[in-house]
Amino acid sequence: MARVVVDVVMKPEILDPQGQAILGALTRLGIEGVNSVRQGKHFELDVDDDLDDATVTKLADTLLANPVIEDFTIHR
Amino acid sequence: MVTFPGSLDDRDALRAIRLAGAEPVALWHGDKWLSDVDAVVLPGGFSYGDYLRCGAIARFAPAMESVIDGARNGLPVLGICNGFQVLCEAHLLPGALIRNAERRFVCRDQRLRIVNADTAWTAGYQPGQELVIPIKNIDGGFVADRRTLDEIEGEGRVVARYLGANPNGSYRDIAGICNQAGNVVGLMPHPEHAIDPLTGPSADGLGFFGSLLSKLVSA
Repeated sequence: MARVVVDVVMKPEILDPQGQAILGALTRLGIEGVNSVRQGKHFELDVDDDLDDATVTKLADTLLANPVIEDFTIHR
Repeated sequence: MVTFPGSLDDRDALRAIRLAGAEPVALWHGDKWLSDVDAVVLPGGFSYGDYLRCGAIARFAPAMESVIDGARNGLPVLGICNGFQVLCEAHLLPGALIRNAERRFVCRDQRLRIVNADTAWTAGYQPGQELVIPIKNIDGGFVADRRTLDEIEGEGRVVARYLGANPNGSYRDIAGICNQAGNVVGLMPHPEHAIDPLTGPSADGLGFFGSLLSKLVSA
């Protein structure tokens, strides 16, 4: 079994209301020095050792992320 | 009218179709073949719990295969609220719907302006006509990159815009859009809740269902 990690974040030009809420909370906590927060999703997949890269890219591109508004990064 | 697990407004949509004078047909998301329907409505709600992203899992439901095929071949399809999200996830419509900019669930009577009265679902309205229709969503912010927004605007594919305060942060006050052919329309407000002044703010929503019926009868 191998571990594949897919991270998904909103594209920079798309508003991220949840990231903004977190930034607001940090300000209220009195934590300084954080200028922006973008919230994303982190997927951990246990896969067969021989699962090819093209399949992983396809599943990330069609289901885990919506490429219209999100970018994804695959780590394996 | 396709019901998904988690659909909420399927009953109201069926009633709206009936009041408009058409014969409503209840379809199930797990059925691959959509029988011989003349048009499809994807209702509001929280299909598959809206897990992952709104509409992301519903888009792969067996019934959606027929809806996607049909839509590409001219079948009129109206996606309301969650149905709009499903159509965007299925890439039948551009852009996507994300969390409201104010991060709160919004439920109120909303003023709208019909921008495009040439689609299968809006031909019964006048361009510029104002409507009052309920809106209720937490993931209703329509977003797309600037190039896509310019393209939608340039091609006259904005179907309706919010009037007054923007309820959810939708870019350019967009409340509804259509595909290039005008047979597929996505709308965040709920016309099926505005079909009878007894139970809604107006009967302004009936025109969406009536538009389609007139078009089908005259075809």
